[in-house]
Amino acid sequence: MQDQINTHTISVLVDNEAGVLARVIGLFSGRGYNIDSLTVAEVDDGAHTSRITVVTTGTPMVIEQIKAQLGRLVPVHRVVDLTVETDSVERELALIKVSGKGEARVEALRMSEAFRARVVDATPDSFVFELTGRTGKIDAFIGLMRPLGLKEVSRTGVAAIARGAEAM
Amino acid sequence: MSATMTGAQIVLKALQDQGVEHIFGYPGGAVLPIYDEIFQQDAVEHILVRHEQGATHAAEGYARSTGKPGVVLVTSGPGATNAVTGLTDALMDSIPMVCITGQVATHLIGNDAFQEADTVGITRPCTKHNYLVKSADDLPRILHEAFHVATTGRPGPVVVDIPKDVQFAEAKYMRPTAVKHKTYKPQIKGDIEAIYTAVDLISKAKKPVFYSGGGVINSGPQASQLLREFVKLTGFPITSTLMGLGAFPSADPQWLGMLGMHGTYEANLAMHDCDVMINIGARFDDRITGRLDAFSPNSKKIHIDIDPSSINKNVAVDLPIVGDVAHVLEDMLRVWKSRAVEPDKKALTDWWAEIETWRRRKCLAYRKDDKAIKPQYAVERLYELTKGPNTYITTEVGQHQMWAAQYYRFEEPNRWMTSGGLGTMGYGIPAAVGVQVAHPDALVIDIAGEASVLMTMQEISTAVQYRLPVKIFILNNEYMGMVRQWQELLHGGRYSSSYSEALPDFVKLAEAYGATGIRAEKPDELDDAIRKMIKTKGPVIFDCIVTKEENCFPMIPSGAAHNDMLLADDQGLDIEVSDAGKVMV
Ligand SMILES: Cc1cc2nc3c(=O)[nH]c(=O)nc-3n(C[C@H](O)[C@H](O)[C@H](O)COP(=O)(O)OP(=O)(O)OC[C@H]3O[C@@H](n4cnc5c(N)ncnc54)[C@H](O)[C@@H]3O)c2cc1C
Ligand SMILES: Cc1ncc(C[n+]2csc(CCOP(=O)(O)OP(=O)(O)O)c2C)c(N)n1
Ligand SMILES: [Mg+2]
Repeated sequence: MQDQINTHTISVLVDNEAGVLARVIGLFSGRGYNIDSLTVAEVDDGAHTSRITVVTTGTPMVIEQIKAQLGRLVPVHRVVDLTVETDSVERELALIKVSGKGEARVEALRMSEAFRARVVDATPDSFVFELTGRTGKIDAFIGLMRPLGLKEVSRTGVAAIARGAEAM
Repeated sequence: MSATMTGAQIVLKALQDQGVEHIFGYPGGAVLPIYDEIFQQDAVEHILVRHEQGATHAAEGYARSTGKPGVVLVTSGPGATNAVTGLTDALMDSIPMVCITGQVATHLIGNDAFQEADTVGITRPCTKHNYLVKSADDLPRILHEAFHVATTGRPGPVVVDIPKDVQFAEAKYMRPTAVKHKTYKPQIKGDIEAIYTAVDLISKAKKPVFYSGGGVINSGPQASQLLREFVKLTGFPITSTLMGLGAFPSADPQWLGMLGMHGTYEANLAMHDCDVMINIGARFDDRITGRLDAFSPNSKKIHIDIDPSSINKNVAVDLPIVGDVAHVLEDMLRVWKSRAVEPDKKALTDWWAEIETWRRRKCLAYRKDDKAIKPQYAVERLYELTKGPNTYITTEVGQHQMWAAQYYRFEEPNRWMTSGGLGTMGYGIPAAVGVQVAHPDALVIDIAGEASVLMTMQEISTAVQYRLPVKIFILNNEYMGMVRQWQELLHGGRYSSSYSEALPDFVKLAEAYGATGIRAEKPDELDDAIRKMIKTKGPVIFDCIVTKEENCFPMIPSGAAHNDMLLADDQGLDIEVSDAGKVMV
């Protein structure tokens, strides 16, 4: 139990001051924690707060440390572990470029419809698909595109928020 | 509308309003406006060190011996990078410090300008917090915030990096009271439910032990008083980390001595065998726990700490209480008294009887020698001849530091300054300088090693300049003794680069600085030489020639369990250290 490694999505509300992202990233690299994905953007321009969403993995003790270490950074307002403290919605956006002709091209387009991806750019021999969803869904779609002429992928990383009326 | 001031004037005004009386620093191009303001006022005295590392350790000594923050002022580039060791030291040992660094002008930042360094980048991982001040308008707030962050919660170093143009720019000043922090709010009071549970657990303990640490010192003299009261009330044994020495008087029969790698037999066995451990402001450092899976396997652990990240970091605890030691102990004592709790007397008697059998091992006994001075003997004599409430001890890092911890004894907090977490050789002389600045009439002694002192020896010049009568008591074994001991233990006695070759003549060196040099080579001349040192008005370098290959015992080899301790009488060192143990520092 204590050695089991789990994935957690952690939301961190910070003052949007210079260097705050470097502090968070430095904390993870300096202490040897994993970052599976990290997203950041200002979410309240009046209060100058940004929201950082980190997806990380570790044993329960390491996850607890990560949260405590984040919490003690001076510009941090709040740290919420969305994986254990709430029921949450997680989404990621990906732009996926596929090139090919003939059968593969048709197949790629058909798959994109099944995944509800949108075509945001098309040339006679390529598509760029836009897909939103949970990380697993995006992974699955990319997997399917691989034999069909996958060229490159750009992903935003996970944004997450708790379900229900409460704010963090 | 109030008048404006220059950034440099704001710095001095803020220091004065923060009650700062002394700063330790070294000038340079990027801080000249601030030095110009220092020149034109008397409230803040500047102590000119000889190396910026010295400024940081002096500030640490100042802070640890007073409870006030230590303040440092250095220039950009090399001034700031030289301060990095002391900042890291202060971070590891939770020492409140504000370090002001000069920076190149804002428009030059990022251009590899002369003496530019990314100071906030470099110091981010070695400070509690740091700031780059981009506008003089932010300067008053940031300076007051820096003091607030450095001194509250778990104390630590804070860097304020001020570009030169900001030092010249005009802005309005703001008093400290106007500063409120949006996000930084350390938890001071402990959760009362947890305190009830703790009292319950403590009252039912059959083999309890208090394990106190540097957090008690950080919390202030009141915390030491409350700790003493609680320990007396319960009748429990108490041990402390290196950083907590002095919080509980060593003369008290309930005192077991220091615990950990070089702690006493009785303290470590009590920790190993206890059923309830009460950790007060200590952080389960690896010097304490040894092999984690064998650390105090059968105890319920209570942990009082102001920093949530100290809890469950190395050791899983049963009952965490986040809060300030003094506040939590105050509540705990109140609950204890109001419930008229009685500890289990019968069980305690048995527990003490067991502890007495461990004490009878006399783990700190060593073979006396009447021809050569044993280092343990030197510290014992130094203690006997210098003890008292007005004596302050600093140390360097190595065997002498451990012997100082074992054989010098402390009755009061804030009298013991040592680099514990980072283990910085060269800490002791500048720290002594800082302590002496804060306590001009005190007897301040650095118990030192001959290798360590050479790292910051130049600060003797500072001591001479400011008439600071610090005493540098060198246990000169002509070895980096601690390194040699590990080489003897783990590397087949191959003393690779651990011999102190080509040492200076410390007596002549003292004289060259304008200080006094004293040497003692024989046990029968030691006492007189120490007395002479005490009587000498100015700084002294005391070269105490000790036996060369003495080992520091007891010792728990790294990677071993607490009940796997080496004592002085198994001098043979024929133990097997596991590969996992060898990997550890
Ligand atoms: C060569 C060498 C050998 C060493 N051998 C030993 C040894 O044998 N034994 C030993 O003990 N040490 C030894 N050390 C020191 C060791 O490395 C650690 O520095 C030390 O053990 C840590 O002490 P501490 O646990 O009291 O923590 P500190 O570093 O003093 O930390 C204090 C803790 O208290 C908390 N705290 C701070 N302020 C408050 C407050 N107001 N209220 C509540 N909590 C607060 C902090 O969050 C932190 O968790 C050695 C060091 C060296 C260099
Ligand atoms: C700056 C720094 N460099 C290296 C070390 C590693 N180290 C720890 S103890 C020690 C030897 C100290 O020798 P000395 O000052 O003579 O003390 P002794 O152990 O002989 O008492 C060394 C090199 C350190 N702690 N600090
Ligand atoms: Mg030595």
